[in-house]
Amino acid sequence: MKRKSMEYLAAVFALALATFISALESLPSPAHVNVQHGWIRWLPANLPAAGYATLRNDGNKSARLAGADSPDYAEAMLHRSMGTNGMDQMQMVDAIDIPAHGKIDLAPGGYHLMLMQPKHPIKPGDSVRVRWHLAGGETIQTSLPVRPANSD
Amino acid sequence: MPHLKRLLQFALLGGALALLAACDHAPPSWQLNDVRGHLPDLQFNLTNDNGNPITASDFRGKYVVMYFGYTHCPDVCPLTLVHLHLVMQKLGVDTGKVQILFVSVDPARDTPQVLHQYVNAFDPRIVGLTGTPAQIAAMAKNYRAAFNRDATQANGGYEVSHSSGIYIFDRAGHARLLGTSADTVDAITHDLKLLIADSP
Repeated sequence: MKRKSMEYLAAVFALALATFISALESLPSPAHVNVQHGWIRWLPANLPAAGYATLRNDGNKSARLAGADSPDYAEAMLHRSMGTNGMDQMQMVDAIDIPAHGKIDLAPGGYHLMLMQPKHPIKPGDSVRVRWHLAGGETIQTSLPVRPANSD
Repeated sequence: MPHLKRLLQFALLGGALALLAACDHAPPSWQLNDVRGHLPDLQFNLTNDNGNPITASDFRGKYVVMYFGYTHCPDVCPLTLVHLHLVMQKLGVDTGKVQILFVSVDPARDTPQVLHQYVNAFDPRIVGLTGTPAQIAAMAKNYRAAFNRDATQANGGYEVSHSSGIYIFDRAGHARLLGTSADTVDAITHDLKLLIADSP
């Protein structure tokens, strides 16, 4: 009887373990994305500012940047500057794919994060919090330095 | 015999002078587009970033570098203004001969006050220009610098598509060179130095 109950317990334990492992497997695997060299170009008069960074994906699967926000600004949007036929314009971007073992650059003259309506005075030398949202639900929290308008 | 030697020296000198003169008239190797004779002279009646009326004649005697943009432009306008700021630094002794003008194509939002803060954040030597919508439209049309107000967003904001042109005028106000926001600091500096040397 004692041995029977032990076998029963072992079976229950094995089942629980199997359930636990399969639950783990069904969770989305964490994306291997990190944010590097981020910075904000300061502008005066509460004008919209641009945020730049390199997002590197060290994983085996491509990842997708689906948006970003900042507790320091009322609104943040992914944008892309486009130069065509002698005209420069900005376009809203829904998402940017980051290839496996690759990177995307948010850099002056291309992709950037447009930060609007600062919630408090921001000046060069400050840090601004930016949360990068990946498709799949993961969020990467960063704190980016604010640099003068004429930073190269 | 010494007579012949003297003659030969004169001939050599003459040849060298002719060669120099020929070099002087060879077209300069511009890196930007040569637009001499293809765009009107610098001409406008606008308001500067101190709120005062200003005309093109106020800048005669300076080499003028003109760029159209707007202050709610956080990426490509700053990139271009940083390039022009670096050009001013690289010009060295010629810096004082050059005037950068930033013309707003968004006069509804770009008051002289906002414009003043914006241009000064890049380089205090930049002068910002704004005006009535009609004045700005006429100015842009004159230089074929198209601009369009894009669709209004949910937050009431809007973007402005605008010419990427960087217009360079000589001291007499004649349009000489046309670059874009994609041109490098070195290319713009090279051509400005050449222009200053060509027509000092």
